[in-house]
Amino acid sequence: MADPLLQVRNLVVEFPTRRGTLTAVDNISFDIAEGEVLGVVGESGAGKSLTGAAIIGLLEPPGQVGAGEILLEGRRIDNLPYEQMRRIRGKQIGAIFQDPLTSLNPLYSVGRQLTETIMTHTDMTPTKARERAIELLTEVGIPAPARRVDQYPHQFSGGMRQRVVIALALAVNPRLVVADEPTTALDVSIQAQIIALLKKLCRDHGTAVMLVTHDMGVIAETADRVAVMYAGRIAEIGPVREVIKNAKHPYTHGLMGSIPAVGHDAERLEQIPGSMPRLTDIPQGCAFNPRCPQAHGRCFRDRPEPLPVEDSRVACWLYDEANALSYEDAKRAVAAKEQVSEAQLEEQANV
Amino acid sequence: MVAFIIRRLIQSLFVMFFVALVSFSMFQFIGDPVNQMVGVETSLKERAELRERLGLNDPIPVQFFNYITDAVQGDFGISYQQKRPVSQMLVERLPATLELSLISALFSLLVGIPMGVYTGLNRNGFLAKCFLTISLIGISLPTFLIGILLIFFFSVTLANLQPISIFGLFMLDPKIFQLPSFGRGTVVDLGWWTTGLLTVDGLKALIMPSITLGLFQLTLIMRLVRSEMLEVLRTDYIKFARARGLRNRAVNFGHALKNTMVPVITITGLQVGSIIAFAIITETVFQWPGMGQMFLQAVTNVDIPIMAAYLMLIAFFFVVINLIVDMLYYVVDPRLRIDTGKGSGHG
Amino acid sequence: MADQVDKSQGIVSAPVPKSGFLDMMRRFFDSDVWHSFKSSPITIFAGVITLIYFILAIFGPWIAPHDPFDLAGLSLMDSLLPPAWMEYGEARFPLGTDDQGRDLLSAIIYGSRVSLFIGFASVILAMVMGIALGLISGFVGGAVDAFIMRAAEIQLSFPSILIALLINGIIIGYFKTHPEWQVDQVTLAYFVLVLSIGLSNWVQYARTVRGSTLVERNKEYVQAAHVIGIHPIMIMWRHILPNVLGPVLVIATIQLALAIITEATLSFLGVGVPPTEPSLGTLIRVGNDYLFSGEWWITIFPGAALAILVLAVNLLGDWLRDALNPKLR
Repeated sequence: MADPLLQVRNLVVEFPTRRGTLTAVDNISFDIAEGEVLGVVGESGAGKSLTGAAIIGLLEPPGQVGAGEILLEGRRIDNLPYEQMRRIRGKQIGAIFQDPLTSLNPLYSVGRQLTETIMTHTDMTPTKARERAIELLTEVGIPAPARRVDQYPHQFSGGMRQRVVIALALAVNPRLVVADEPTTALDVSIQAQIIALLKKLCRDHGTAVMLVTHDMGVIAETADRVAVMYAGRIAEIGPVREVIKNAKHPYTHGLMGSIPAVGHDAERLEQIPGSMPRLTDIPQGCAFNPRCPQAHGRCFRDRPEPLPVEDSRVACWLYDEANALSYEDAKRAVAAKEQVSEAQLEEQANV
Repeated sequence: MVAFIIRRLIQSLFVMFFVALVSFSMFQFIGDPVNQMVGVETSLKERAELRERLGLNDPIPVQFFNYITDAVQGDFGISYQQKRPVSQMLVERLPATLELSLISALFSLLVGIPMGVYTGLNRNGFLAKCFLTISLIGISLPTFLIGILLIFFFSVTLANLQPISIFGLFMLDPKIFQLPSFGRGTVVDLGWWTTGLLTVDGLKALIMPSITLGLFQLTLIMRLVRSEMLEVLRTDYIKFARARGLRNRAVNFGHALKNTMVPVITITGLQVGSIIAFAIITETVFQWPGMGQMFLQAVTNVDIPIMAAYLMLIAFFFVVINLIVDMLYYVVDPRLRIDTGKGSGHG
Repeated sequence: MADQVDKSQGIVSAPVPKSGFLDMMRRFFDSDVWHSFKSSPITIFAGVITLIYFILAIFGPWIAPHDPFDLAGLSLMDSLLPPAWMEYGEARFPLGTDDQGRDLLSAIIYGSRVSLFIGFASVILAMVMGIALGLISGFVGGAVDAFIMRAAEIQLSFPSILIALLINGIIIGYFKTHPEWQVDQVTLAYFVLVLSIGLSNWVQYARTVRGSTLVERNKEYVQAAHVIGIHPIMIMWRHILPNVLGPVLVIATIQLALAIITEATLSFLGVGVPPTEPSLGTLIRVGNDYLFSGEWWITIFPGAALAILVLAVNLLGDWLRDALNPKLR
């Protein structure tokens, strides 16, 4: 098989501060294949947006790539000079940001922003570029595009603006789109439409997507694979069905337990006790150890590397063969601990 | 758009009314005008006549109404000190002040905006830091001190220097850089306007005063453009423009600079207005025969009609400049141009 | 499991913050504000300069070699002497003398004293007035708010020097036409300057304070305080004021520089401190007449003293603004 479209190898993103260097993304690796949708989930501050920013080469200073490499179609892109990276941005890697209300320049018409993008990356004439702009607006479902093309962002609603943003990101058919929380700022009723649109367009054009979100529902609907991030590290990465139905990492397990499901008659939504550590005090060993119901000696000492378990890779010592725990044992242990912690919770509630 | 302009016009009228009220109340506050206008030997009868003629026996609101109607027609009364119509004195001195203010405003804009853009884009560059340091010194030096230092260097020191030989090729006499330190130089009278812009002498006389007057505004404009530029460069749409792979030039000058212009226009408008008022100081330092000098003399002599007229004239300039600024918004910002009823969607 | 217990104990035994002055000092020296001060040499420099000026201002009479106000001590024989290092200079007068034979160094020390005093007094006046009007405007709202803010807007559109000149002219005019007020020239000049500079600079405080008051007023704790019957003035004093101290301090520092400049300008224009007890601006005004005849030191030294003082205060203000609000750069 050919190289994957995007390879991220041991990426480290760090922020030098006067109290020492903060490592916000800590040694993560993953691939995205041609046309694949990779979901990246995690709490805010888990480093998922920074990973996306590092891939498009727009980390905001003082943030910087501290180590590792990023390869697009086998070619290293994380150390390119600004001008070369600029040619890749928009043309090969598109980006969609969180807030459509602020992503568009209020002083330029939608058409002008589209043609400007098209003409930067291709040698189309202004007339052709304008035709293409109208075409794009049609494609993303803007009604009366020939008229709307000359309007300004403030004349569009939030959902419509995000459609324009998608049109801008896909204007010159990039191979990959990094979509950072593309629906978070929108009304719930519009979120589904936008996600469906994004999914459809990328499938039609064969564009791969890195979909950063904290919404497991969106991931479940859209992604082929999912990476779960915690405190700057990947806890678990694997096919979306497997991760959702059969979560392996205790954190993922907790995460899935916290999602309400229709028709599922849960007494209460589970929650993971505690909160994610701040970057300044990530514990030694596994970053999840203070909150983990199954943490044991080794978890406080050594940092787990992602280990292959079934079709996924999981960074958890429970799955280390040398740990003498089989996968089945581990699952049983998880279940047992959960009962205990639930009992504890109830006890606390009674007190 | 029409509704907007009408609203602004009404606001302007309100401001003018308020300023007129302040001007008028100055007369009330500072004793009897008649005492200011007549000598010791004037008889009581003559004083009473004068009082009647000036309308000082009318009720206060009537006096105020008369004051405003006269002012609208350009009649600001008679100067206590010089016994001449104030409007005539103002008209004589208006060209000097306006010419000086205009040249300084152009100087501060044409130099200040590029410097601000440069320092905003190259935030950590050496030259940018130099500009910033110099600008802080510019803000810390009072206007009159800048003027004095310029005079000290270009008029006093240069006059005392001996010619120097440049590489033995030719003799350079420092006196050719010497600049006049007072007055407008030779002015051309166009009948309705006197200008120093048409003679070499007049232009030379303008250099130091306009630098003095414009320097403070220049530093302000530069710092404002810089901070706005930094602010805009942090916005999402600039990040998105970069993410679309637009060229640096398009991002910085197409997207960032245009968005910087909205607040810059506002402040610049105010600054141009205040240049006219700040001219008081520069005119004193350079003995420039403008309105500011006249106003200052009026303050020392408690010549209320001149003070009041000057205040209203300055207010008028402010109002006009503010209206121009509002028009400029329409050119720059499409959110104001088109009313869709969805205008509040932003932010 | 044992590890976990240890960890939790470690958290519990974390140092409990102590209160008191020493601790306050310790927290200050540990804070970002102090750190940003320490790490900026230019700010330290500005701080030291400002401190020297303050010391000179407070202890001026004991430090200055001569008393420039003591007319009996002046001799016309000593007038217009150049600085000590120049030809004809005398060691008694390190920076030379002015037209009346006053020692320029002493005159500058006394002048800085006057400039700083008027600067501080007018900043305090503007601050008190601005905070009070801002609180009232934000808390009372309605027509009062509209009136105060409209007045502020109109005043803000005129340069403060013009407002100060006008107020100055009006007050002086009032005293000229009302000779029944027996006031001393110098006292009157001080009073007029402080009043005119103070009155022309209150707007910024008022706007800032009003803004935060509007934000805080609708917060629940203020409403709760209202409900349990705490007087509005107490609420404003206890809850709203502390929130605006930072920005007010920044404005005050920058306004101090502005007030010193305004005072110097007014004195230079001849409507400020009279030459008998000169401020820096008056000294420059007096010296300006001698610029062309070669006695440059009478203008340039007081000018430099003024510029350095204002620059130092401005640098401190700039630093303070950045340190208290890292978002603004």
